Amino acid sequence: MPAVKETVEQVKAIDVDQYKYGFETQLEVDKAPKGLNEDIVRLISAKKKEPAWMLEWRLDAYRRWLTMREPTWARVEYPEIDFQDIHYYAAPKMNAAPKTIDDVDPAILDTYKKLGIPLREQEILAGVQQSKVAVDAVFDSVSVATTFKEELKKAGVIFCSISEALHEYPELVKKYIGTVVPVTDNYYATLNSAVFTDGSFVYVPKGVRCPMELSTYFRINEKNTGQFERTLIIVEEGAYVSYLEGCTAPQRDENQLHAAVVELIALDDAEIKYSTVQNWYPGDKDGKGGIYNFVTKRGDCRGKNSKISWTQVETGSAITWKYPSCILRGEGSRGEFYSIAVSNGRQQVDSGTKMIHLGKNTTSRIISKGISAGHSQNTYRGLVSAHRRATGARNFTNCDSLLIGNNCGAHTVPYIESKNGSSIFEHEATTSKISEDQLFYCMQRGLSAEEATALIVNGFVKDVLQQLPMEFAVEAQKLISISLEGSVG
Amino acid sequence: MLEIRNLHVSIEDKKILNGLNLTVHDGEVAAIMGPNGSGKSTLSYVIAGKPDYDIHDGEILLDGENVLEMDPDARAAAGIFLAFQYPLEIPGVATMTFLKAAMQAQRKARGEEELSTAEFMKRVRDQAGHLGIPQDMLKRGLNVGFSGGEKKRMEILQMALLEPKFCILDETDSGLDIDALKVVSEGVNRLRAKDRSFLVITHYQRLLNYIVPDTVHVMAHGQVVKSGGKELALELEANGYADYKTLAA
Ligand SMILES: Nc1ncnc2c1ncn2[C@@H]1O[C@H](COP(=O)(O)OP(=O)(O)OP(=O)(O)O)[C@@H](O)[C@H]1O
Ligand SMILES: [Mg+2]
Repeated sequence: MPAVKETVEQVKAIDVDQYKYGFETQLEVDKAPKGLNEDIVRLISAKKKEPAWMLEWRLDAYRRWLTMREPTWARVEYPEIDFQDIHYYAAPKMNAAPKTIDDVDPAILDTYKKLGIPLREQEILAGVQQSKVAVDAVFDSVSVATTFKEELKKAGVIFCSISEALHEYPELVKKYIGTVVPVTDNYYATLNSAVFTDGSFVYVPKGVRCPMELSTYFRINEKNTGQFERTLIIVEEGAYVSYLEGCTAPQRDENQLHAAVVELIALDDAEIKYSTVQNWYPGDKDGKGGIYNFVTKRGDCRGKNSKISWTQVETGSAITWKYPSCILRGEGSRGEFYSIAVSNGRQQVDSGTKMIHLGKNTTSRIISKGISAGHSQNTYRGLVSAHRRATGARNFTNCDSLLIGNNCGAHTVPYIESKNGSSIFEHEATTSKISEDQLFYCMQRGLSAEEATALIVNGFVKDVLQQLPMEFAVEAQKLISISLEGSVG
Repeated sequence: MLEIRNLHVSIEDKKILNGLNLTVHDGEVAAIMGPNGSGKSTLSYVIAGKPDYDIHDGEILLDGENVLEMDPDARAAAGIFLAFQYPLEIPGVATMTFLKAAMQAQRKARGEEELSTAEFMKRVRDQAGHLGIPQDMLKRGLNVGFSGGEKKRMEILQMALLEPKFCILDETDSGLDIDALKVVSEGVNRLRAKDRSFLVITHYQRLLNYIVPDTVHVMAHGQVVKSGGKELALELEANGYADYKTLAA
């Protein structure tokens, strides 16, 4: 792959501190007091000047959440979370909601610039000959800017924060929110439903091919705050969108909670391509600090021949608990899941997907590549199921694990359920290890230990990297190498 | 020139090399023969810098420079090449990608310019052609699923592309059919040059009919116990190692 060289140079440029997004921005902050109760839920809703039905929906979720227990089935370990010790709302102080990019606090613009995400459209255009990408920037609990909104509007595409959507397009939100991930779905999703603060909203009308990539960039900045974002993407008949999310957080000794919900809806012949490059702060090498990433992502192939494809590159977080799934409801619909999950240090990953075949002749494909190094634990957990009526359903699953060193673990937990005789499910799994002998062989040919590891890892993940939009594939590849820094030698 | 002086090496508390001395001059082809377990592969690994060995004493000098201080990749860049007795498989890494990464890494380490893709491709095509390696094979994962003979040819291809100063061939002839033996030997002979030397480890005098050595050394119990000209190989073929097994003990 052409990016190998770059990867290697990147790895070399980094010395002690591998996580280069660990800085903190000093800002005046409007913050809710610590703790969770009905008043906090009301406060969040009031801050966002939400319609009354939204508040009721939140309160309903909150009351249900009180009756629920944290799930314990994942292969992850962490001390009990004190949900009263978290701020549920934190936003940079602003006199008024920024109308244009010039109203946004320069410190915030600088933050995104440092992260490599320029928010001024002219800067983006002045930048390299990259294709245009529209960005929604979410900073702690609020969206601070969305670029190329006007241009997208001309094509009929709505791309804005979910808070704005609640004001501008309440019917659309009301019609679709919670229809893919119900309020009662699981502990973290229910919590999110009660206290979600911001996130992105995308609507692509019938027959429109979204003219550019859309992306949301999540940044946690404040201490002791949780980030609860909510994303809703609706793609009408025959329409198409490609969407990418990225995330980073400052380096801190305390753990921080991130519990997001993402809902995708694809109607007849629609296609959604959703990519994630997840790089939350992973904690230090001894496992101190880092983000708890407990996320519910689900897509509903509601229409005939619709298609939803998840691609994820997971390198960050102390704990990742995440199963982007597809409900294959529409006849002939298709779900795809491409995943690279890298764990190093003391990171714990429990991730995978669910492909739920409900409609006739639905197909799905799962390609998962887990790379474990250091003292990390990396689990693939996946469900493929076919309903009685889902005749002719087909799935192909390929799960490969690569181990680097002797102290890490890789685990594969596939669940397969078929309630009809005509579905065909195929499952392949391999586990391999980069051996000392392989490293020596490569070094004998002149490669350094890092170059050799990068080469082998790149070979291992290339099937999945190919699924990412071009401009992000290179970034993802660098990220993987950085995450594995210090895992050899 | 490679000079090995009084080399003592053990692995996991087992002593393998016991004060080994050996000198190979520029342009020389030296053959090493010796019974199984006498330490031939160990010697080649130690020269190439494989970790896990305890080196108690001695030195290995390449053109006067002690290579024992260097990491394996630095030794490679300095011109040491080992054709492995058992080449490793590198899944997922296309052979072509690997060859390019290795060549560029060595050039970079020596402060040379990168090779253009066109020039690289040309060299690979030429050398692969000489060795009868089909182009398709270069697209496959390095050594993955290659037959024993194919792996050995691939080692020689790498040697030809990397143009090392000091080449070690550890039983490159084992597992080769008669035709392949000729092809591989011709490959080695093409590389013979005034400033390049070879250490050819083999059990069979037959290889030495194709790659004619300047010197032959007999190794037993981790030492070179006898050295001579190419006729020594014929003598060994006739009499076996019986005489040497007791000699060093
Ligand atoms: N990791 C190890 N632990 C213990 N003993 C080892 C180890 N590696 C090699 N040896 C021993 O060292 C001795 C020399 O092995 P080496 O492979 O160098 O022999 P060789 O001369 O190449 O033999 P052959 O002709 O069979 O290839 C053998 O007795 C072998 O069992
Ligand atoms: Mg041997």
